Amino acid sequence: MLIWDLFKIALRSLRANKLRSFLTMLGIIIGVASVISMISLGEGARRQTLSTIAKFGTNIITVKPGEKKNRHVSTGKVETLMLRDADAIRNYVRNINGVAAQVYQNGQLKYGNKNSNSTVRGASADYVWIGNYQMKEGRFFTEEEVRSARKVCVLGATVVKNLFDGDNPVGKTLKVDGDNYLVIGTTVAKGALTWWDPDDQIFMPVTTAQKRLFGLKHIQSIDIQVKNMDDIETIKQDIEALLRRQHNLRQGEKNDFYVQNSAEWLNSWGKAAETFQFLLGGIATISLLVGGIGIMNIMLVSVTERTREIGIRIAIGAKKKEIRKQFLIESVLISFLGGSIGIGLGMLISRAASQMGGLETIVSLQSILLAFGFSVGIGIFFGLYPATKASNLNPIDALRYE
Amino acid sequence: MIEVENLSKIYELGGQKVPALNGVSFRIQKGEFVAIMGQSGSGKSTLMNLLGCLDLPSSGTYRLGDIDVRTLNSDQLAEVRNRRIGFVFQSFNLLPRSSALENTELPLLYSGTPDPQSKAREALAKVGLDTRARHKPNELSGGERQRVAIARAIVNNPAIILADEPTGNLDSKTGKEIMDIFSRLNQEGATLILVTHEQHVAQYAHRVIQMQDGLIVSDSVREKVC
Repeated sequence: MLIWDLFKIALRSLRANKLRSFLTMLGIIIGVASVISMISLGEGARRQTLSTIAKFGTNIITVKPGEKKNRHVSTGKVETLMLRDADAIRNYVRNINGVAAQVYQNGQLKYGNKNSNSTVRGASADYVWIGNYQMKEGRFFTEEEVRSARKVCVLGATVVKNLFDGDNPVGKTLKVDGDNYLVIGTTVAKGALTWWDPDDQIFMPVTTAQKRLFGLKHIQSIDIQVKNMDDIETIKQDIEALLRRQHNLRQGEKNDFYVQNSAEWLNSWGKAAETFQFLLGGIATISLLVGGIGIMNIMLVSVTERTREIGIRIAIGAKKKEIRKQFLIESVLISFLGGSIGIGLGMLISRAASQMGGLETIVSLQSILLAFGFSVGIGIFFGLYPATKASNLNPIDALRYE
Repeated sequence: MIEVENLSKIYELGGQKVPALNGVSFRIQKGEFVAIMGQSGSGKSTLMNLLGCLDLPSSGTYRLGDIDVRTLNSDQLAEVRNRRIGFVFQSFNLLPRSSALENTELPLLYSGTPDPQSKAREALAKVGLDTRARHKPNELSGGERQRVAIARAIVNNPAIILADEPTGNLDSKTGKEIMDIFSRLNQEGATLILVTHEQHVAQYAHRVIQMQDGLIVSDSVREKVC
């Protein structure tokens, strides 16, 4: 008997019990959907980590203000990190290339009749190379301009596109929260990360942003580029010691700032993704197992229900292996269909995750093949016993079965 | 065609040996129409299962054509059933979800015969059911179902057709129709073995083997009554 005929028999039998077949598939559907979304999420997280490293470099130490705590509940950031802290680091910490103090908030940008709401980043003159930006037109602001808090700004590529239709904006005047700023340069596009577009921002001297725009005395972040990755831990300790002295912290008193390097930050991020992956992996394993047992159960029921049919087939001349094949194909078909639906569902979940969670996900061909392999394997494994049971039926008893 | 010698079958039921067939011997020639008669428990069903290669004897020999059935393994028995034997059962035993045509095709699918559909249509035409080929068993009357079963039995041109109480579930009118089909097939050269306990059904056969307690008590060629 041809595989195609057996396939038709299996399909007919599944169609005769539509709800039962669907419920049987459900375990496989959930399992495979978890496998697909798990792998796509993990792969997405991995690629994102790599691209973030490539964009910002791993040789950066970031200092951020600590949390203001009120009975262990965070109520905001403390306002003790100052521009003079950044200067101190620049002057006293060794083996570093540069220091970039920053403040950032969203601002309303206006040019002509066009508006956009973008990040406004006040930064030191060194930020352009510490942040790994490249100039496209014009120039970045100088230390002198930072010192004198000049009203100049440099635009990211997305801002240029949105407000100037891609024209060269250098020399034009841009309104930021209603105040005029001279555009002195533009940066080359970096490409958007999923959760944030680094090109949708403008840069201005940190002092200008603090005093004229945000009305801040403190700063929100200091990026330090180290000369050599090997020194990163020592430098972190030096920075910590220096800042404790700057902030007059007594021994035993907690830091009012964080010192972290980008690799650590990426690591903790990757760990979260990993935990999630393990969770989904657990769900996948359990539901595939339960799904497989469900298939076995239904196939045993099916063999009992169709005892007479099996008897007829044997009497008419079906060999054992043909009966076995028939029931195996049926169980594989259940798991294969379940797997296909699961793959579709998994792709939907990944897409939803990337749209809602801002997490890039990639459904790779390998993960689809793996899921198919898994489901077909489960169909064979859990279908083998019922199929063998069917093929070993005694035709005389089977024909008499009511 | 069929040579049975000293055929016995002993079943073991819970450690006890229950003899169902106590050494029967007979020969059936090609083209014969034989009725096997007897009360229930006489061993006729056991004999039928052995002749149909659904079961193997405990002792004795059974030759079907040039084959010694006792030496065959289960796959070879399946092949003998498929190519040399056609079954017709009391309760029809059709696959409920398959059409008349698909039911008739079934033995051809297992033997891998090319173009099963046209051969199945031929067989259905022989029993006068070619117009109802697409109907499922539950859309057919009892008589029609049994005719599908006969078509399925003859589709592979078997050496013998075994019919086990083929009219048992039918009223006397359709029963007669079915028996007429058997008679016609026999006239066209088919070898038929019919198991029945009804005298008027046995009348169609040319030879009647009477069984009792696992033994043949009489074997007589009768005058043709038609």
